Amino acid sequence: MKAFEPKIVCFLCKWCTYAGADLAGTSRMKYPPNGVVIKTLCSSRIDPEHIMLAFQQGCDGVFIGGCHPGDCHYQSGNYKTQRRIVLLKKMLKQLGINPERLRLEWISASEGNKFANTMIDFTEQIKTLGPVPKTSGKEDK
Amino acid sequence: MKKIGVFVCHCGVNIKDTVDVEKLTEQLAIYPGVTYIENYMFMCSDPGQNMIKKAIKEKKLDGIVVAACSPTLHESTFQNAVEEIGLNKYQLEVANIREQCSWVHNNIQEATRKADLIIKTAIEKLKLNESLKPVSAPLTKRVMVIGGGIAGIQAALDIADGGYEVVLVEKKPSIGGHMIQLSETFPTLDCSQCILTPKMVQLGKNKKVTLYVNSEVESIDGFMGNFKIKIKRKPQYVDPDICTMCGDCTDVCPVVVHSEYDEGLSWRRAIYVPFPQAIPASFTIDTENCLGFEPIACGECKKVCQAEAINYDVKTEFFEEEIGAVIIATGFDLYPVENIAEYGYGKYPDVLNGLQFERILSATGPTGGEMLRPSDGKVPKEIVFIQCSGSRDPERHKSYCSRICCMYTLKHAKLYKHKVHDGQPYIFYIDIRSGGKRYEEFIQQAVSEEGIVYIRGKVAKVYKKGDKMIVHGMDTLTGKKVEIEADLVVLAQSIVPSEGVEKLIKTLKLSSDDSGFLMEAHPKLRPLESLQSGFYLAGAAQGPKDIPDSVSQASGAAAKILALMSKDEIQHEPIIAVVDENMCSGCGICIGTCPYGARILDENKVAIVNDILCEGCGACISACPSGAAQQKNLTDDQINNMIRVILS
Repeated sequence: MKAFEPKIVCFLCKWCTYAGADLAGTSRMKYPPNGVVIKTLCSSRIDPEHIMLAFQQGCDGVFIGGCHPGDCHYQSGNYKTQRRIVLLKKMLKQLGINPERLRLEWISASEGNKFANTMIDFTEQIKTLGPVPKTSGKEDK
Repeated sequence: MKKIGVFVCHCGVNIKDTVDVEKLTEQLAIYPGVTYIENYMFMCSDPGQNMIKKAIKEKKLDGIVVAACSPTLHESTFQNAVEEIGLNKYQLEVANIREQCSWVHNNIQEATRKADLIIKTAIEKLKLNESLKPVSAPLTKRVMVIGGGIAGIQAALDIADGGYEVVLVEKKPSIGGHMIQLSETFPTLDCSQCILTPKMVQLGKNKKVTLYVNSEVESIDGFMGNFKIKIKRKPQYVDPDICTMCGDCTDVCPVVVHSEYDEGLSWRRAIYVPFPQAIPASFTIDTENCLGFEPIACGECKKVCQAEAINYDVKTEFFEEEIGAVIIATGFDLYPVENIAEYGYGKYPDVLNGLQFERILSATGPTGGEMLRPSDGKVPKEIVFIQCSGSRDPERHKSYCSRICCMYTLKHAKLYKHKVHDGQPYIFYIDIRSGGKRYEEFIQQAVSEEGIVYIRGKVAKVYKKGDKMIVHGMDTLTGKKVEIEADLVVLAQSIVPSEGVEKLIKTLKLSSDDSGFLMEAHPKLRPLESLQSGFYLAGAAQGPKDIPDSVSQASGAAAKILALMSKDEIQHEPIIAVVDENMCSGCGICIGTCPYGARILDENKVAIVNDILCEGCGACISACPSGAAQQKNLTDDQINNMIRVILS
């Protein structure tokens, strides 16, 4: 049997985490290829509905990367994101999706290392959790 | 439907070695929407760009995806190319298959699969991209320079010379920076003050320059071309326009504290001139040490000031300046050597840092330029210099090379020999880095003619025995232990970002690198600009730099700004929020979400967008409960389509 390869959607803000991911590349760090990136100008652009759509479409994990607290290029976008994610995690649980499948991290443009390590760690974590449950009512690990 | 052309770059072997570009081309050729696909060794080259232009013309393409390096690098290159042939630049998307794919994965099959998905997300986004025009905004033709060291001074002079007004903000009571503390400069050994003070005077007298000393940036509003910057100026209690510099006040001041200018090797009063050539030329009161404040307990200086320049009632003032662009030239400080306990700095008066030794060498220093050691005023006959004190030591201190220490340590040893002919300087080093113009010659001359002894290795410990400083080290070339009985020890500590720059970076929302220096937009191709539009970098604020490099970067940043100022208007990215008036319920949630005040309720209770103020973060879009707000070229539909294709 083929090993489970999780599908991961990564939303990265242009100013910090996207640049951090680029730095991981320039530094030739290695991480698993499961996550595919959607670039937004700010993490606050990400509507919870996008995340819900991803899970509905069979996504095993959603990653959001934004600027560190106080560093947001748009002053306070990352705080807005954080509040939304806290609420959304509660909702995910009610819907039978393990909230661990949604991860928010602050990664700056200089933290290529942190980006690579987070990708390694998150992919590993989702592998342990297994595929996202396809039918409602089935309990997520 | 749009006719889309996809161009896959090999980037030499950078992409091609990990991503199977031929297979990609084959797979994507049949993807819905793709009418033309090609791969090429270097898409960014002229032939590569011509290939895109030719295809647009011949195949009548109305959308282009270039799968190559990060958009940070070449998005504008390709945008310019498609615009030349008449295609709107917002009909181009860059799929980042190098930094975020080929460089971070090893397995060809997996990397190719991921590259395929990355390109498909770009195609899906492109399908719904609109042709946009940049938003034009007025441009304020005034420039702020933060930091009044050599880099800030040079940048300010160049911009003023170009005919634009400059506001220079310096946190200390005088401009001059660290360069004014130096004795002579390598490799020419010309006197630092002699080359710097004319520039300081020029700046102080320049009608185009407004100088704020004792000042810091408090807050910022607006965007490139139209910043509103609030400056906080601490009072100096002496009016520089009235002060005659007679010095009567300082004679009667009962407070004695360490002099910052002499790095603690001499004393000053609480009312003082930072140094004789200070600009602005005026006395200033150091409130932390003055006795006269809260409650007025002394007041001696005011009593004797015949010009009546002293006023204790001045308060901290705030000024708002309208600015088009900002240069950050905040310079450096030395790595706190207290962190390197084994070298005994602070414990022994005869262990000095590099700037203290500059002061001892300087004619305006505490010894009047005589080579005397601080503890007992004797002439040091043996002197040990320790390079890389805190540099190139990733485990314990700073991992980077501080670039200037090899040169200034040798300069120190040379100047010492010029003063003490029978003295013996020893230099502990790891490597000698002398990459500047005439630097290597400077080193070779000193080694062959001046009798300076270089010892390759690190110092383990410095301690005091009698009136000698014992330096224990290892000569790694002979493998033997070395012990030197020195009269004086001088440390060449790492260069670190200047104190307070961290707060400034936060206030201005800039990015710093992992060592705390300001981060440039691109390490090679855009080293003068910050990632954030409207901010430019000069001098050691960006990384350790010597004087020639700081001056070059300052003039370069000034030239960049002069180019910007030569335009009548500024072009603002049109990737902003837009509202469907029919769907907006006028709930006003977006108004509270917008950090820029760009969302306002109009007379019809529709939350409209001010195009100039909107920065395009998208926070209001995800907050809108009715889906009335969208981001141009990053709509909900586009994001959803990208998600779907990733999970297909």
